[in-house]
Amino acid sequence: MDEDVKDGEHRSLISVRAAEIVVAIVVLLFGSTFMVSSYKLGFRWGIEGPQSGFFPFYVSLIIVVSSLFILVGAMRMRGPKGRASFVERGQMVQVLKVLIPAAIYVLGIQLIGIYVSSIIYIVGFMRWVGRYPWWKSALIGVAIVVTFFFMFEVWFQVPLYKGRWDLTSWTGY
Amino acid sequence: MTDLGYLFHGFAVALTPFNLGLMLLGIILGVIIGVLPGLGAANGIAILLPLTFTMPPTSAIIMLSCIYWGALFGGAIASILFNIPGEPWSVATTFEGYPLAQQGRAGEALTTSFTSSFVGAFVAVVMITFLAPLIARFALQFGPPEYFSVYLLTFCSFVGMGKGSPAKILASMMIGFALSAVGIDIVTGGLRLTFGFTSLLKGFDFLIAVIGLFGIGEILLSMEEGLSFKGSTARINPKIVFETWRKLPRYWLTFIRSTIIGCWMGITPGGATPASFMSYGAAKKFSKDGDKFGTGVVEGLVAPETAAHAAGTSALLPMITLGIPGSPTAAVLLGGLLIWGLQPGPLLFQEKPDFVWGLIASMYLGNVAGLIVVLSLVPLFASILLIPFSIIAPVIVVICAIGAFTVNNSMHDIWFMIGFGVVGYAFKKLSYPLAPMVLALVLGNNAEDSFRQAMLMSGGSLSILWSNWLVGSISTLSVVMLFWPLISQGIRMLIPSKRDKLASEQPVD
Repeated sequence: MDEDVKDGEHRSLISVRAAEIVVAIVVLLFGSTFMVSSYKLGFRWGIEGPQSGFFPFYVSLIIVVSSLFILVGAMRMRGPKGRASFVERGQMVQVLKVLIPAAIYVLGIQLIGIYVSSIIYIVGFMRWVGRYPWWKSALIGVAIVVTFFFMFEVWFQVPLYKGRWDLTSWTGY
Repeated sequence: MTDLGYLFHGFAVALTPFNLGLMLLGIILGVIIGVLPGLGAANGIAILLPLTFTMPPTSAIIMLSCIYWGALFGGAIASILFNIPGEPWSVATTFEGYPLAQQGRAGEALTTSFTSSFVGAFVAVVMITFLAPLIARFALQFGPPEYFSVYLLTFCSFVGMGKGSPAKILASMMIGFALSAVGIDIVTGGLRLTFGFTSLLKGFDFLIAVIGLFGIGEILLSMEEGLSFKGSTARINPKIVFETWRKLPRYWLTFIRSTIIGCWMGITPGGATPASFMSYGAAKKFSKDGDKFGTGVVEGLVAPETAAHAAGTSALLPMITLGIPGSPTAAVLLGGLLIWGLQPGPLLFQEKPDFVWGLIASMYLGNVAGLIVVLSLVPLFASILLIPFSIIAPVIVVICAIGAFTVNNSMHDIWFMIGFGVVGYAFKKLSYPLAPMVLALVLGNNAEDSFRQAMLMSGGSLSILWSNWLVGSISTLSVVMLFWPLISQGIRMLIPSKRDKLASEQPVD
């Protein structure tokens, strides 16, 4: 990649330093939440030995301490290493192209079940990201999901999630 | 020797038509999983685990471990033909494999790498056959303090032997422990750390974490790189295979060295990935053609493949004898054992000899079957990579979602999976290692349990970890491992030496 390209697809969206700091803070918050909760549970020596919060308390203590180390290290990061790009604009677009549909897909599973939403998801992804013609996307999407249906519901007899509104009840499974 | 008798009994168990069929199915699924980026051995097995709940445990473990062997073989196909490591442990395979393929020697490269894999795995299985019963017998004397000290050693080894920031290794590991503590406290039976969410009552299942971290996380990473597969074609015929086999014995020293590195890294929780890099580095250092490495040297292909398979296989030794997995994939298999109602550890050898020896026998058979399958079906497997990523990506996400759901029949788990996916993406990019987190999540409850029992025995004093020579030496070794980054820094300050260039190239597993 050319260092001078600063705009468009290759423009750095987040620097490594910023990403390190953000993640360290998230880890710190996670650790402190757990620490407070285990403190409330009791982290000392009870009548029957160590209390419930004993182990998690020290575990979260180590999380807090190590995240502080990472945080301080990241803040002191100077020079090209810190300024380096964590994610470029074009890359972020690519990642979101997977992540956002995946999140919508999971919501779809919750509402209309795994089979119907899988068809919509695969067809939509092929159409939108892969730019395949409709007939091809639909054919592949339906074929794959029907295979899964037979594999799980019929052969292995493992029922999958049908969602709040079951659209596949007509199959009898 | 009775152990050999048991082994033959194991062969009888593994050689039933049903088990042989599952073995082949496992190998083929494994190679496909290994070839596809985004599906790895750990999450592939995690996804398929729920399908085996109704099978007899022995058949189930045979199939799942064969997926593992298949994935170890499959990783090499994508590396050599497409320069895309299908698995982290095949990154070092691309260094020599891809140049060889570009010179039109793909068949030779593939044969070399499959054969090396086979040799590494085979030696490791022989080692398991003879060491496992001994370790199991020895471990029968273990009480809670001994177990906790072994857990301690496992986790401290990550800090001592891992590459990268010790703070990140510790953070990642402790996040795993913290998540494993969520839900019901197994000692008191009380609820803890659920923060009032009913969906957290059951805690976090490590299978969900594996599917999310390795599956979804990997898809996000692959998508970011904008993968487009362009590769050489694979043609393997018996002539190439036999010609290559005739040449390979001259690398006997590399084979031996790489196998030792691999076995060692597999038993200690180093794992296959660091083993492959370490072995490649050693081969480069000791070889006459060291300066030609990178341009397609067969020796440089033998080294990482042998070591990766030796490590991948020997990771199962501590798993079946002590209940401590040496790699994320072994951890998933261990989770399977618990689900099938088997308690991994030394007692397994006495209570379920069928299971243990059936598994060990299937390792021999699985690797032979794997070698034959990959050598004969390479073009078929390579053609999988010609399927465009915009079809593979959504299908893998669908498979991951199905896998996440079937673990506990819980819709929440699919959401957790997406969450773990984002964590996996961010952690991988910032080189927080994922393996310690997964292992901590699997072993968290057992480690806490043995710790609390040990503390009860001693009345809350840590001195019990040094109460006899056995537990004392393991604990001392653990402490050395934990502070190894500081110790080695101290040594480096006293004796300045050249820094290992390869170390900085090592990805985290």
